[in-house]
Amino acid sequence: MGAKSGDGAVLSKTIDPLPMVDEEPAVEIVAREDFSDVTYLLEFRHPMMAKAAKPGQFVIVIPREHGERIPLTIADFDRDKGTITLVIQAVGKTTKEMQQACRTGTTLFSVVGPMGEPSHIGDLGKVVCVGGGLGVAPVFPQARAFKENGAYVIGVIGFRNKDLVFWEDKFRKYCDEFIICSDDGSVGIKGLVTEGIKAAMDNHDDIDEVIAIGPPIMMKACAETTRPSGIKTSVSLNPIMVDGTGMCGGCRVKIGGKMQFACVDGPDFDGHQVDFDDLMNRLKRFTEDEKLAVERWTETCRAGKAS
Amino acid sequence: MAKKKTIRTIPQERTPIAVQDPGERAKNFSEVALGYGLDETLNECERCLMCPEAACVAGCPVGIDIPGFIAKTIEKDYQGAYDILTDANLLPAICGRVCPQEDQCEGVCPVGDTLEPVAIGRLERWLGDLAIKEGWSNVPYIEPNGFRIGIVGSGPAGIACAADMAKAGCDVTVYEAFHKPGGVLRYGIPEFRLPNEVIDAEVSALARLGVKIKCNTLVGRLFTIEQMLDEMDFDAVFIGTGAGYPSFMGIPGESLNGVLSANELLTRCNLMHAGEFPDYDTPLHLGRQVAVIGAGNTAMDAMRVCLRLGAEKVSCVYRRTKAESPARAEETDHAEEEGIEFHWLTAPVEILGDEDNNVRAMKCVRMELGEPDDSGRRRPVPIEGSEFEFETDMIVYAIGTNANPIIGQTSKLKLNAWGYIESDEDLATSMAGVYAGGDIVTGGATVILAMGAGRKAAKGMKAYLGIRDSDFVYLPDQGKSSGGPFGFDVREKTFSRVRLA
Repeated sequence: MGAKSGDGAVLSKTIDPLPMVDEEPAVEIVAREDFSDVTYLLEFRHPMMAKAAKPGQFVIVIPREHGERIPLTIADFDRDKGTITLVIQAVGKTTKEMQQACRTGTTLFSVVGPMGEPSHIGDLGKVVCVGGGLGVAPVFPQARAFKENGAYVIGVIGFRNKDLVFWEDKFRKYCDEFIICSDDGSVGIKGLVTEGIKAAMDNHDDIDEVIAIGPPIMMKACAETTRPSGIKTSVSLNPIMVDGTGMCGGCRVKIGGKMQFACVDGPDFDGHQVDFDDLMNRLKRFTEDEKLAVERWTETCRAGKAS
Repeated sequence: MAKKKTIRTIPQERTPIAVQDPGERAKNFSEVALGYGLDETLNECERCLMCPEAACVAGCPVGIDIPGFIAKTIEKDYQGAYDILTDANLLPAICGRVCPQEDQCEGVCPVGDTLEPVAIGRLERWLGDLAIKEGWSNVPYIEPNGFRIGIVGSGPAGIACAADMAKAGCDVTVYEAFHKPGGVLRYGIPEFRLPNEVIDAEVSALARLGVKIKCNTLVGRLFTIEQMLDEMDFDAVFIGTGAGYPSFMGIPGESLNGVLSANELLTRCNLMHAGEFPDYDTPLHLGRQVAVIGAGNTAMDAMRVCLRLGAEKVSCVYRRTKAESPARAEETDHAEEEGIEFHWLTAPVEILGDEDNNVRAMKCVRMELGEPDDSGRRRPVPIEGSEFEFETDMIVYAIGTNANPIIGQTSKLKLNAWGYIESDEDLATSMAGVYAGGDIVTGGATVILAMGAGRKAAKGMKAYLGIRDSDFVYLPDQGKSSGGPFGFDVREKTFSRVRLA
C-alpha cells in the first residue's frame, strides 16, 4: 500500500483521466453577419433550444473556457433549422473578443438556455413594439408572435444614424404599421423612439400594450411617454447576471419598490413599476474592472499582431 | 484477535490532524486541514470500540457501516474498507471533509461520552483520498433493467440518487445547468475546504457506474419535468435543484454596488475563478473592508474567501451570539484563527452609500438576547439607542436562501406555501414517478442531508418502478456468475416455492 504518513496531505495529480462528463456536441456557429463596426449577428445550432425558445427569453454564453457568463436575449429562433440567433454589440472585453473570434464553423464553450419567463403574448388587439438600437433584435420575436396571434402590430425602431440600421425589412414584414426613427434624421423621423410612440398614440386611441426594448435610458423614456395615458408598457431588463438561474441575486431589480430577480422573475417587467435609476446605477458596478479587462485585452491583441 | 477493546484500553487522545498555519493559509487557497497519514489513521482506528449496535451508523444520514470500514482498515485491507464505505456513500473524500460529523456519527459515538469521539470524518477522508490516489473504484456488477431515470441537478442529492439508481441497473442521466457538475460542491464550497480535484475525482466515480452527466442544461426551460416523462421516455425523475434564490434583509441601501449575496461571491470565485481576474474574465471587485452578515457555514466560507483574496479586514456581523450561530464550531474556530473579526449581537439596519452609489458604511444596532423563540434559540432584541456606524465597502449577505422558482414556474408540481416542492415520506411529489429531495424540499441544509435525501428518494423510486431493493450488495468478483435459479441470487433468499403448472 502506497500510503505513508502525511500522504493524505497532497492528492496526487495522477487522477484517472476518465472522461467525467459526457462530451456534448459543441455549440457550433452556423452563420455570422456584421451590421456595423460594433454590431454583429451570430446564429448557432442547438435544435433542442430552438424548440424550447420563446419570445422574451435569453441565453447565457461562455465563449471560451476562461470566459465569463454573459446573458444575451434571443433575437430569433428557427425550429426547422434548429438554430438560435443572437445580435451582439461589442462593448466589453467578452463581446469584443467574440466579435474577433466567432466565425461560421467555430464553436462556443458553453451556451445554456432558454432562460427567464417568456413574454406574455396575449390575445391583444393592438400593440406597439419598440426597439431602440440593439433592442430591435430582442423585440423582433415578440412582434412576430403578436402578428401571428392576429394582433395589429405597430413597429417602432430607432437608431443613432442610418449606418446602424439592421433588420428593417425583417421587422417590417410583421408590422401593420412601421415607424423608423434616427437621432440625426438620416433615416425616418428625426428624433428618439419616443417620437415614434407619440405618433402611434396620436393615430390610435386603442393601443393595448407597448413593448419597449433597448438601453435602460430609452426604456425609461418609453415608460414615461406612456405613463400619462396608462397604456401597459412592458420592458425587458438587462442587469448584470452570473448564473441566470435565480441563484446569485446579482440581477436584482426594484419593481414597484419590491426586489425581484430579472433572471427568473423577469426579464420582462411592467415599465411603469421599474426603478430605472437603480438599474442604471447597478449596471456601473464593474466599470473599473471592465475598463481594465478591455485595456489588457487590447494590449494583448496588439502584441499578438506585432509578433 | 486481541482482547475486546474497552474505553480504558483504547488510545485516550483523539489523533490530532495537521492543519496549515493560520497566518500562512489566510493567504492561499490550499487546504486548511491536511488530513491523516497512515500511522495517524491506524492509531485513530484503534479508538473505535466496535459497538455491536453501532450508534454511529444510525447517526449517519446515509447509513455507512462505520465499524465495518474501520475494522477493514485495521486489518490493513484498505480497498476492502473503501468498498464498504462506498457501498453507502459514493463521495467519501468529499463527505469526510464537509459533513458536520460532530452532529451525526461522531455526535453519537459512545467513546465521546467519556473521551473525544472517534474521528470518523477524518478516517473517511483518508480512505477517500487514498482511493483517488490509487485509482480505486467500487463498481458492482450491474444488471441493466431497462428503466431510464432523469436526475435534475448534479449536486449532492442528485449524485447520491444517481449512484443508487445506476447500481440498481437503471440507465441514469443527470442534468446540470452550469458548465461543470457538482452543484453546491462546485460553486459553493471553496477550494481550501474542498479542492476541485476531489470533486472531479469523485464525480467521475459516477461515470464509472455508467451515469451520463449533461451540463449546460436548464431543466424546466430547455425541457420540462412533464416532457421528461412524456416525450423523453424517462420512467422516473428526481429533482435535486437545491434552494438557490438568496435572501436579503429588505433594509435601505441593499441595491448599492458592493452589496451581494454569499452565493454570488462564492459562484464568482469558486466556479468562475474571479480571484484570478483578469486571467479569467469574471470580475469580483473585492472590497478592502468586507462585512459578512450571518454566521452559518456559508458566511464562514465567504469571509475566508475574501481574506484569501486580499481583503484588509473581514468582519462577521451576527445578531445572536457564537453559541447560537449555525456554523460548525470547527469552521468558526478556523475563521477566528485566521483573523476574522466577529461582531456578535450586532444587526445591520441600513446600508449607507457614497455619491457614486458604492457602499461606504453600514448602520448597525446592538442586540441582547431575550426569550427563546420557535427555534428554541433566544430571540435577539435590539437595544434602544445603540445604533452605530460600521465602516465597510463590501457587504455580503449569508442569511439563507428561499426556494428556487424555476421548476415551480414550469411544471404542475405541487409546492408548499414557501415555494418548496411538496413531497411525502418517500420523497414522492404530487406527480407520479417524480421524486424530489435536498434543499428544494427542506430548504437550506447540509451536503450529507441532501445525499441522504437522494438515497431515500432512490429507494422510493425503486419501489415505484418495482425494482427489487434488497439493499444487497453485489460484489464485483462474483459479478457475472450470480446465476441462481430463475436469475435470483442464492444469497438473497427471497424466493419462495414455485408451483409448476
